[in-house]
Amino acid sequence: MSWEMVAGLETHVELSTKTKIFCQCTTEFGGEPNTHCCPVCIGLPGTLPKLNKAVVEYAVKAGLATNCKIRKISKMDRKNYVYPDLPKAYQISQYDKPLCEQGFITLSSGKNINITRIHIEEDAGKLVHERGDVYVDYNRGGVPLIEIVSEPDIRSIEEAIEYIEKLRLTMKYIGVSDVKMQEGSLRCDVNISVRKKGDEKFGTRTEIKNMNSLNFISKAMEYEFNRQIDILESGGEIEQETRRYNSDLNITESMRGKEDADDYRYFRDPDLVTISILDEEIQKYKESLPELPGEKLARFIDEMGLSQDDAELLTKYKKVAEYFEKASDNVENKKITANYMLGSIFRRLSTDTEKEECNIPIPPEFLNELVILTEKKKINSSMARNVLEQMLDTGKPAKSFITEKDMEGIDEDALRSICEKAIESNEKAAIQYLDGKEKAIGAIMGYIMRETKGRADAVLAKELVKQIINDKYK
Amino acid sequence: MERTFSKIKHIKKLFETKQVSCTELTSEYLDRIEEENKVLNAYIRITGEEALQTAKKVDEKIARGESLMPLEGIPMSLKDNISTNGIETTCGSNILKGYVPIYDATVWNILKNQNAVLLGKTNMDEFAMGSSCETSCFGGALNPHDTRHVAGGSSGGAASSVAGNIAVYGLGSDTGGSVRQPASFCGLVGLKPTYGTVSRYGLIAYASSLDQIGPIASCVEDAACIYDSISVYDSNDATSRGSRSKTSDKLDRSIKGMKIGVAKEFFDGIREDIKKSIEKAIKVYEDLGAEIVYFNMPQIKNVLPVYYIIACAEASSNLGRYDGIRYGYKSELYSDVNDMICKTRSEGFGKEVQRRIMLGTYVLSAGYYDAYYKKAQKLRGSIIRAFKSAFESCDVLLAPTVPTTAFELNFTSKDPIETYLTDICTVSANIAGLPALSIPCGFDDKGLPIGMQLIADSFEDAKILNAAYQYEQQMNGEIYKHCNGGEII
Repeated sequence: MSWEMVAGLETHVELSTKTKIFCQCTTEFGGEPNTHCCPVCIGLPGTLPKLNKAVVEYAVKAGLATNCKIRKISKMDRKNYVYPDLPKAYQISQYDKPLCEQGFITLSSGKNINITRIHIEEDAGKLVHERGDVYVDYNRGGVPLIEIVSEPDIRSIEEAIEYIEKLRLTMKYIGVSDVKMQEGSLRCDVNISVRKKGDEKFGTRTEIKNMNSLNFISKAMEYEFNRQIDILESGGEIEQETRRYNSDLNITESMRGKEDADDYRYFRDPDLVTISILDEEIQKYKESLPELPGEKLARFIDEMGLSQDDAELLTKYKKVAEYFEKASDNVENKKITANYMLGSIFRRLSTDTEKEECNIPIPPEFLNELVILTEKKKINSSMARNVLEQMLDTGKPAKSFITEKDMEGIDEDALRSICEKAIESNEKAAIQYLDGKEKAIGAIMGYIMRETKGRADAVLAKELVKQIINDKYK
Repeated sequence: MERTFSKIKHIKKLFETKQVSCTELTSEYLDRIEEENKVLNAYIRITGEEALQTAKKVDEKIARGESLMPLEGIPMSLKDNISTNGIETTCGSNILKGYVPIYDATVWNILKNQNAVLLGKTNMDEFAMGSSCETSCFGGALNPHDTRHVAGGSSGGAASSVAGNIAVYGLGSDTGGSVRQPASFCGLVGLKPTYGTVSRYGLIAYASSLDQIGPIASCVEDAACIYDSISVYDSNDATSRGSRSKTSDKLDRSIKGMKIGVAKEFFDGIREDIKKSIEKAIKVYEDLGAEIVYFNMPQIKNVLPVYYIIACAEASSNLGRYDGIRYGYKSELYSDVNDMICKTRSEGFGKEVQRRIMLGTYVLSAGYYDAYYKKAQKLRGSIIRAFKSAFESCDVLLAPTVPTTAFELNFTSKDPIETYLTDICTVSANIAGLPALSIPCGFDDKGLPIGMQLIADSFEDAKILNAAYQYEQQMNGEIYKHCNGGEII
């Protein structure tokens, strides 16, 4: 009998508010160690936290974008534990009254992954291990986080990855986080167990902590899935424990067992007052949300006529999607714009980061102009491709590479005579074509394009050539 | 001229009439501190240089004929749990020895801007945990009335500095009575303002939901003047609300018809002589035209357990940060980081602090949370409601401040539980966040001061100051006869 994976994710997203959650320090990534710090975020005796309102706004937006209910009255709690990167020996978080609850993310299969809760909390600092010594950098301490906890609805690595990508894109779209996994602004804990297919009961789960790469998450899940199956098939039992992924060995290894599980001694933080959000505010945040990636995808398919695949590629990066929309403004067949973007342009954006930042050397208006010229048949498509390459090389508009003559086009009569001339000069190819070698026509086409410097309408020319050959040799 | 006991007013007059300069006055105080503090141990750090610098600034202002702000040039003391930028702040604990804050507490910032003359940081029970000042790692502060007795706690140093006349006033902090109890022991006026009226920013936390900074002064008028200066809304403290109005203009109002509530439960287990003194004070109020309302408040029996559970729970969390990693004391010999933290805390914290941290950790831990902490929070709610309903029929409540007068030295270390019981009358104001004041109302047969307490509804700080002032005026200095209340230096 086959085994089934049961997984739930706890995703930490660092919010991109300008200042930290309880003080005025910058949230900017990096910086010399301990330079983005003040008495409050390093927890000096006597300091008090003051909740940054923007954090609540961002978290509510994240909740709304993931279909959550927003709790209008909530509070902050202390989660007490001792670790050198946690300067107060407690993390201010939310325990039994999270800001957002009961949401979901819809996968491309149509399946919903339910979201149990989203709560706000502060990030800890970072330990730096150098030459056998340990240092603490508190620059990240107090950066606002939301923790998005899913139900154990995930049944495969693919679902897990798609869920994270969807979540990531949503956060990016609504502008609450830059979700850069390499900078740790999105990190995941995976709760994973296995059960026999058809079983209703969950198996004992393990938790794999703190991963910030999709590749590692999928490898860790795969390893852990197989490890648990191996144990169960050899008659063993799964121990409930916390594990870490060791990327050097591609294994998960035990961090701590259930026995020494932490007792966080949660209680309401007396230094902070009740958080209350008005209906009007929730409404305001709702209205301020941009079109979400799922909605955009649907619109690209339904209204713009793109294929599912093309639409997915174009909505995967927020700035790319915005670029595409500008470039296809007033274009009738938006597939042409999509083709240009997914072809020549994407070839030049080799990395994810480049796509993320939409590093295209020409503004969308230039591409738009080119597409419209092609659509109006002012230039033919092969020429347009050529022109686009030159535009991308130089950053100049289409018109700098197209002459008046190009724009005039070639009328059918003129084209016909060029075609006739081409066939005469390539008689061998014409005969081969008649013998059934379709490809032979390429040589004739090449001649025509050289003659017309690419201005000929390739489709029309091909039609004419076929006609002439048939008339002449049959 | 009206009868006044105000040292602050008196000093201001001396400045105005150029009888004394701020520098002269400050020097005299510093000279006296040098003498007296050897005995009283009120100060654990003296900031003479800073004091004289400020005094010089004030004198220049006087010379220019500028008018002075209410507390400008007045020599004062700060409890050592109030952060002072550049001045070591230890909370009376070994674990914070050598810790020099890099920022000012809001109250100190306010006073600094008023050119208050800081004479030094005063002694206190370690992390404000104690009732005698004897848990301080610097040894206890003594009672100027009789140095065989303690000054009280935890703000014992502040009270000792004022009663010993080595500060005009002091700021202390009150979590369960730590301003009122030493004020009572030392024959002074101590005010615990409404929770949230005085910013806690920079007050090194003991129990955050109970802590409040308050003045210890030699008379009501001074206390009101200090309260008015420091009760300012502070955006750095989320629980800050500032005060509703200036209290010092309201002292003169007649209290005819004021309803004064007396709950019998406050008098259970109170020493007979103290009961008598309070009863006398009640008579005085009747003479002043107040109406006395006797009633029962059975919830009072819960206040001590509720207080110790909540205070210890919050303390266990607040004191988690002292781990030797960033500042303060660090153990010398250790094997790894856990061992280092463990040894640092075992060596750095005194017994009382360790006791409360362990109690707090226990009541918050998974298996006991519901039985202790959650239950205490519920009872806290019922105590708050009981006060609310009491204030529907009275303006202020009158009670003893402490069931005893100042303890003899080393009394409290013999029986910590017995000592906890002496907080019975003070803690309820902290649990309910109410303003409360202690004012002397007599002396025991050893000549030690007895204090009485007035409690009002939230933000009615002016009401208790008014009631206390009227009593003080009526007594015409009688209550201060053994104190230094009316004299300067």
